[in-house]
Amino acid sequence: MAAPKKGRRPAGGQSRPGRALALILIAMVALTGGMFWSGHTTPRLGIDLAGGTSITLKAKADPGQESAVNETNMNTAVGIIERRVNGLGVSEAEVQTQGRENIIVNIPRGTNEKQAREQVGTTAQLYFRPVLGVTNGGAAPAPSASSSGSPSASPKPSSSASGSSVGEKKPTPTATGSAQGRALTEALKAPSPTPTGSSSASSKPKATGTPSATPTPDASTAALEQKFASLNCLDPKQRSAAGQGVLPTQPTVACGEDAPGQWSKYLLGPAEVDGKDVDDAKGVFDQQRGMWIVTMDFTSGGSKKFQSITSKLSSQADPQNRFAIVLDGEVVSAPSVRQTLSASAEISGNFNQQSAQDLGNILSYGALPLSFQTQSVDTVTAALGGEQLEAGLIAGAIGLGLVIIYLVAYYRGLSLIAILSLGVSALLTYVIMALLGPAIGFALNLPAVCGAIVAIGITADSFIVYFERIRDELREGRTLRPAVERAWPRARRTILVSDFVSFLAAAVLFIVTVGKVQGFAFTLGLTTLLDVVVVFLFTKPVMTLLARTKFFGNGHAWSGLDPKRLGAKPPLRRSRRATASGPVDPKEA
Amino acid sequence: MSKLGDLGARLHRGEVGYDFIGNRKIWYGLSILITITAIVALAVRGLNMGIEFQGGAVFTTPKSDVSVSQAQDYAEEASGHDAIVQKLGNGSLRIQVGGLDTAQSDKVRTELAKDLNVPEDKIAAELVGPSWGEQIATKAWTGLGVFMILVVIYLAIAFEWRMAVAALVALIHDLTITVGIYSLVGFEVTVGTVIGLLTILGYSLYDTVVVFDSLKEQTKDITKQTRYTYSELANRSINGTLVRSINTTVVALLPVAGLLFIGGGVLGAGMLNDISLSLFVGLAAGAYSSIFIATPLVADLKEREPAIKALKKRIMTKRASAAAKGESAEDADGLSMDAAEAAVVGPRTGRRGRTEERRG
Repeated sequence: MAAPKKGRRPAGGQSRPGRALALILIAMVALTGGMFWSGHTTPRLGIDLAGGTSITLKAKADPGQESAVNETNMNTAVGIIERRVNGLGVSEAEVQTQGRENIIVNIPRGTNEKQAREQVGTTAQLYFRPVLGVTNGGAAPAPSASSSGSPSASPKPSSSASGSSVGEKKPTPTATGSAQGRALTEALKAPSPTPTGSSSASSKPKATGTPSATPTPDASTAALEQKFASLNCLDPKQRSAAGQGVLPTQPTVACGEDAPGQWSKYLLGPAEVDGKDVDDAKGVFDQQRGMWIVTMDFTSGGSKKFQSITSKLSSQADPQNRFAIVLDGEVVSAPSVRQTLSASAEISGNFNQQSAQDLGNILSYGALPLSFQTQSVDTVTAALGGEQLEAGLIAGAIGLGLVIIYLVAYYRGLSLIAILSLGVSALLTYVIMALLGPAIGFALNLPAVCGAIVAIGITADSFIVYFERIRDELREGRTLRPAVERAWPRARRTILVSDFVSFLAAAVLFIVTVGKVQGFAFTLGLTTLLDVVVVFLFTKPVMTLLARTKFFGNGHAWSGLDPKRLGAKPPLRRSRRATASGPVDPKEA
Repeated sequence: MSKLGDLGARLHRGEVGYDFIGNRKIWYGLSILITITAIVALAVRGLNMGIEFQGGAVFTTPKSDVSVSQAQDYAEEASGHDAIVQKLGNGSLRIQVGGLDTAQSDKVRTELAKDLNVPEDKIAAELVGPSWGEQIATKAWTGLGVFMILVVIYLAIAFEWRMAVAALVALIHDLTITVGIYSLVGFEVTVGTVIGLLTILGYSLYDTVVVFDSLKEQTKDITKQTRYTYSELANRSINGTLVRSINTTVVALLPVAGLLFIGGGVLGAGMLNDISLSLFVGLAAGAYSSIFIATPLVADLKEREPAIKALKKRIMTKRASAAAKGESAEDADGLSMDAAEAAVVGPRTGRRGRTEERRG
């Protein structure tokens, strides 16, 4: 493309513009290709732009237990809150820690935000409730599907001297396993199986099958039966609504997940033991049997309660010999009891390391390991979010437009390079943001948009530094090609130093701050890094190439590099002194 | 070509130039005055802290026919607290109620929805507990502290400690001015403001660093020459990067102005507006301080160094003797001063920057 003039090699050496350009081109194509391939062609939008609710919780340690606010507990809390929120049937809700003591819960629009708000902050409740009845999870009357026998597998108490027993978490009881089960099956066949899902069920005591095993078949029991019958555990909304607003002293219904996607529903008696009675629990590997189990130790008060309930339960037939561990209204596990237990117990079942340790955590923390205080709740309607995004984009477009007008007015032809570079920068920023959505959960929020707009200035500044350097060289009387090369090392240093400071600010901000500030800092840091990449791999090589063209090389009036207009000295230097007054002149003095 | 381009050329050749260093006392004085004003304003008027810092709620309703005063009545009735209501550019209402906790504000939202006759989920709500702002502020202060320490270390290594100190002073200066303006005008301080303020950190230093970089280059071998003193070279660095500084500041302010305009024009108030407002004020202060405060400070500090002091003395003697032999018979007293100033203004005229360049 260049019509190389013989003899005059660029003074600064270097100049393999093709390579750098090829590199950045490949990077751009690869990233853009990756973006389309991954299917995430737009950046994920934050709650404030897409609409939804964002809740910020701050962990509060109980007095005397300040060290409780640690990473492990925070992660446990995140897990529990995540389960709660997702229990509401929220899709793509995200729960994450931020900073050392904050948890941010982002709930996209269209879900029951109010319920979510109520759920999220409250400390979870953990209860041990006796199982009155159990059946497979769906409301559909197809009990035959789960007739794989009763929970058997005669478990042997292991080494533990304090009388542990092995409960089997076998979640597939026959629907005809008990009188109650039969009654429930009848109920399931009732003409109106439409699940109500509400917790205030007592309106329609129209149970068709009178539950035979119920001690006092009054209206409320009938309502409970009705509720049990209509409960469909396969529906996440019903699942989470099942145990809502029930006092621990009341019987209730609940769902429990046996295996991924497989649900059982339970009819549960009043809570006998609660989470506070558990002193400690952990998931351990039982060497003898080669399986993961969960061991529990009770407090002294808990031991007594546990003893009395297990002695009652162990004499019952399945499933009434089981007790359910209910967390936030969901059955985590429902082992059967073979003998009276007191101070400690173990639970065995289909645990793997993760699930055993999770259950251990849940049991020992009694629920959320920390109590949380709601710091802020931002509910943004979709309309408002859309408006803000639009306003942000318009502001960005106007800002970019103004910058371009200014650059064109001041740098003329040279602005072409700046505009192209800004374009490359913008493209890379966009693609990387889109890719970071699925990769690290980056969500573009309003402050992030602001960060991107502010970054236009920082990016443009790099070009200005370089252009001014080139123009200084031209004023010294150099021709364009050597000027471009000589200006580069100095401009490069300035750009690196100032970008470093800018990046440092962004990094510090990102690490120490929370919430909205972080989104802003992230964008600023990202664009600063990209600025360096673009200046090195795009702006400089393009400048080198364009310096070889006639338009720029000969200093066309519209190139922005016209030596006459720049007030350059004539190329033939009149005197030594003129040379001496270059930017390097202290050296020569 | 534009006048600015001409200015660039003349600045480069040193035909024109402003004596930033020589007049530094004026600028120091001005800055001290501004700083004192800012501190007094802060002490007397304090800052208008937004909802985020005192707890409360901001509700944004859909486009509504309800008048501002009526909405205010509704909000105050529902909450029992004072409410501020604004009509936004798009016809919706922004209702701000202070002093609520998150649970109370939930109820207010429900009642407002009833009063205004809109579905509850059409009302955007920002509910903030009283300690949230405190936490953000604490983190912001931590960030500020950590950043300052890191940047001072970095500047001390990459440049030298004098520049680090000067940059830090300039930074604090910028923050003070920004906060002072917020206090004086009574703009509301929100999380957006804090974000903007923290960004100024980076930007203010960014600008300063570019000037320092040029200064470092200009003064690399300063002791091996006897033509210019440190201050003169510093002045030249400022003048040499002046066009860049102007261009950069303009280019940085344009997008921010866009944000400010759009934020204010379309959405009334909110995050966009808050960030851009503090950025706008801070950027302007940052450009000012890197030219008028930071670099003169470096020169001041530097001139105390023995080697630089000795250099200045040598240069002064040399100039004095040259002048004594020279064409014009000025009175000896003012001569050395004038000569020094002439060198500041016109070192690149090719005329040695001597007496004939004198300015009264």
